[in-house]
Formats: sequence, structure tokens, C-alpha cells
Amino acid sequence: MSALIDDLEHFKDQIRLKTLQELNHLGFGHYGGSLSIVEALAVLYGEMLNVNPFNPHAEERDYFILSKGHGGPAYYAALALKGFFPEELLYTLNQNGTSLPSHPDRNLTPGVDMTTGSLGQGLSAAVGVALSHQLSGRSNRTYCIVGDGELNEGQCWEALQFAAHHKLNHLTVLVDDNKKQLDGLTKDIIDPIDFAEKFRAFGFYTLKADGSSVREIYEAIHQGKAQYSQPVAVILDTVKGQGVPYLEAKADNHHIRPNAQDKKAILEAIADLENRLGGEVTV
Amino acid sequence: MINSAVPSYETEDIEMRQAYARTLLELAKQNHNIIALEADLMSAISTNKLQNQIPGQLINCGIMEANMMGVAAGLSITGRIPFLHTFAQFATRRAYDQLFVSGAYARLNLKILGSDSGVTAEHNGGTHMAFEDLGLMRLVPKAVVYEASDSTMLIYLLNKIAGEYGIHYIRTMRKAAVKLYEPGEIFEEGKSKVIRDGSDVALMASGIMVAEALKAADLLAEKGFNAAVIDLYSIKPVDDERIVEYAFKTGAIVTAENHNAIGGLGSAVAEVLSEQAPVPLRRIGVKEQFGQVGKTEYLKEVYHLTAGDICRAACELMDGKKPI
Repeated sequence: MSALIDDLEHFKDQIRLKTLQELNHLGFGHYGGSLSIVEALAVLYGEMLNVNPFNPHAEERDYFILSKGHGGPAYYAALALKGFFPEELLYTLNQNGTSLPSHPDRNLTPGVDMTTGSLGQGLSAAVGVALSHQLSGRSNRTYCIVGDGELNEGQCWEALQFAAHHKLNHLTVLVDDNKKQLDGLTKDIIDPIDFAEKFRAFGFYTLKADGSSVREIYEAIHQGKAQYSQPVAVILDTVKGQGVPYLEAKADNHHIRPNAQDKKAILEAIADLENRLGGEVTV
Repeated sequence: MINSAVPSYETEDIEMRQAYARTLLELAKQNHNIIALEADLMSAISTNKLQNQIPGQLINCGIMEANMMGVAAGLSITGRIPFLHTFAQFATRRAYDQLFVSGAYARLNLKILGSDSGVTAEHNGGTHMAFEDLGLMRLVPKAVVYEASDSTMLIYLLNKIAGEYGIHYIRTMRKAAVKLYEPGEIFEEGKSKVIRDGSDVALMASGIMVAEALKAADLLAEKGFNAAVIDLYSIKPVDDERIVEYAFKTGAIVTAENHNAIGGLGSAVAEVLSEQAPVPLRRIGVKEQFGQVGKTEYLKEVYHLTAGDICRAACELMDGKKPI
């Protein structure tokens, strides 16, 4: 177990480093909401997801949908590190003609299961994927990361009702509860009040985890998988800009065009991660 | 290709909803990947009777059209073929971004039936009366858009699109249409049907307006005009070759649709004519109005969608007709 956690810690540092490098190379982007899902992606792609970059359409594989599509940069970092495409491609993020657009596109990027970015929609698609496998009696799992701001969207709550009604017990929804949306704090814009209570009321087997702890995320997902009566929700207590204290503290950190001070802090964070990883950044 | 037999516009067809339900049952039995999705309107489209016959292939999503569109997209990701039904305004207006992004932009495979077309929504009234669904669907890149004019066509199109990949939208009424076609007729994408040939004016219509156009052709015949009637059931791609052919042949076109005069069949024809064969055109359709309650025949009068309206427009056109 501890070896696994060590591996996941290492993997999350790699994903964070690659995420920062690709966004820094582009010069702007969705830093905040990309960094807050790094640990969740590390647990999913490092351990939980049954996916194989050399056989991406394997029948028994698991599915992952990033409903909060603006987290694309972190998603791409995880996919590249997992071997779905060359890491050099990360430096084409959002450039003219790229296969890594700001929001994921299932037709452009190897390993991406669903096109997302119009918030609220990916969760319904994940529910459809999970339903399809349930109808076939298959055990493929479907994972979906949804944003806390994204949960403003009514469609999400339609999807949750549907998933609970159909007892889609092979669906795991991870809520990136980073407390912020584009214009400010979620509690000031549309107060979520209590996500865990809401998900429980909607019929989900609901757990909470420290979203900066790969161990807690791993244990929660694992615990959710062990029960077979309900779909699973894991409410991840995260911080927008997670893992880079300067960016965590920055008020307006949804989409950043770094000023000189920001740039310095981002380069320092990159250097810190490079030092910690000893210059080795491949899996 | 001109049909030898001119169909009567007096003959009642089987109900379109029965045609949908029966065809869906056959298709679902043939192909287990076909999943029918409904949004609490199964009784309205007669699929409620199928519940025990295709278990696991008929899902009532409840009153959540946006989620239904997304669930359909998810089913399609795994290779399923979702057939979605709801009233036309819910299928398009309400869930448009879901249809557009999760369905079309993601290049997934959705078969969408929008029912209660235009005035046939009758007593559900203005909230339920879609005069813009064809326009909205024409704006979805690569979407194929049909309006079924009778049950033979609807059954053919459902079977056809079941085997084709992409976004397909079929607009239909729920009750019986005027019977126009016999089984065995073929309805190709991007084509049309010349139901009645003529050389003075071409009446191009879809859905319930095909029967009105046939009546209008009779009225015109009484006045000594020989009108062609063309069923432009393929709204996108539209049969531009046929439109141009009849523009040159007749020099005067009248379009007729149970839809806003902006965005649907009339616009599609106008686009073709203005670029390829600019002849005089009149568009019969709903002009800057919302829906309201009423019987279909009454609403046709209110919105000027009758054979008389088509006839008048044709006469006005032919008064000023110039050779091209």
C-alpha cells in the first residue's frame, strides 16, 4: 500500500509539473481548475482506471470523462505521462491546429472519451456510458470529474437523478470542490451549502476526501467501488491552484495571464518540482 | 422521376406515432444496440406499448431533455444507436446546446424524432408549438434534417437512418397525415419527390403542407395554371438540383411550410435560388408569430398556411412572371 501511495505521490508531482510547463509554454490558461484536479487524475490514471494506451478501445476498459472541460491541461498531462501521446505534444496546447484544444475533444486527442467544455454536459454523457455497460451486464467502470461551479448547471442534477434511479453502481463521480468559480467564491455566487448532503439526498453513496491527498482519494474511490447498490460520489476538498501556494493565494486564479510576479512564482514552482523529481519526468 | 399515380390528398394514413412505435419495435428487435429514449412522452408517441417487448432498449429518461441528449451521447460513445423522441421544441430549443455539443460537435450518433410539428401541436398551444426546429437543426453542421409527410416516408426514413452514422433529425406530426406514398417508395437523403408535374409554377412543400400544395395545384388548375408539386422532405441537404431544374422549368417557385418562414424550407430554397437560379419566389410560412391553441385546420387559417394562401401567392407570382 505505501509503495502504491509513493508511486501516486510521484505521479501527481509529474502531472503537476507537466501541467505547469504546458501552461507556462502557452503563456496563459486555466491554471486554477487544472491544478485542483491533479491528485484526482494521479489516482485515476496511476491506479484506478483500467486503460491501456496501446489498446485504447479495449472492450473491458474503464471510461473517464472530464466534465469540467477547462481542466484539460492537467488531463492532457496525465494522458501524455500515461503514454497516450508523446509528451512533446503538450507544448502545442491551444496553439493553432493543435490536437490539444483548451477543452477536451474526443475526436482530436488520443485517450479522451468525451468532448466537454460546455459545463454540465459531461456528467450526462458519463451516465450514458455507465448505463450502456449496465444494460450489457458489463463491469466497466465510468469515472467523471465535475466542478463545484459546474454544479450550478441544472443538467448535472438531472444526470444525478437519472444515475441514482438506474442504480448505476459502476459510476464514480468526483466533485472538485475547490470553492471557487470564474467570478469568485462559490459561496458568494451560488452557495453549494453542502455537496455531500445533496449527493446523499440524490441517492449517491457519498464520501468525502482531502483532494490534495492521493491516499485519501484512493481510499475513498476504493471504498465506493466495494459497494454495489448505488452510484458513488466523492467530494474532493480541494484548493483552486492546488499545489502551488502562490497560485492558491491568488484571488483571481481561474484563468491566468501571468504578470511578472506570477511568472516568477510559476517558474519557481516548476523548478521545485523538477528538483523534487530529480529531472526525471516520465513514468 | 415523376410518379405516375397522383396520390389523393383525401386519404387518411395510419397515425405517425403508430408508424414510429411499430418501426422502432422492429428495428430494436433486429439490432440490440438500438436504445429508444423518451422524456415522459411515451404515451404521446405510442412507445408505452413497447415496454414489455423490448426491455432494456426503451428508457424513459423522465422530464429531462438536456440529460436525455447527454445520455444518448454517452450511449453512442459505447456504440449504441440511441433513438430519442420528444416534442420538437424540446428536442431542439430546449436541449439545443446539448444536441449541438454533446451530440453533433462530439461527432456522435443520435437519431432524433421531433413530434407535434408546428400547428399540429394543436391544443398544447404556443409553449409547445415549434415553428423554428428546422431552422435550428439546419444550423447544426453535418446534421441531416427531414420532415416526414406521411407514414410510408417516416417508416422508410427511420429504417434508413438506423443504419447511418451521425445526427439525424426527423420532424413529424403525431396523428394521421394525408397518405401520399405507397410502401416501396424510396426517400433518399438530399432528394425530393415530384408528386405532380407542372410547368407554370412549382409548389415546394414539406410535411402537412404537401397536401395543401396538392389542393393548391387543383385550385390553380381551375384557373388554367399547371402547377408542379414537389415534396422537399430532405430539408438538409436540400435537393438543389431539383430546385434549380424547376426554377428553370417554371420560372416561379412557391414554398410552403408549417414552420417559421425564416430558417426552414423556404430559406433553404431561397438560398439555392439566389445563388443558382434567381427566379421569383414566395414563401408561405409563419411570419413573426408565436404559436397558440387551436385545431390544425383553424391554425392553418390563422397563420395563412392553406391551399388558398398558396394559390394566391402562386397567382401573384405568375402575374409578374418574367422569362429568365
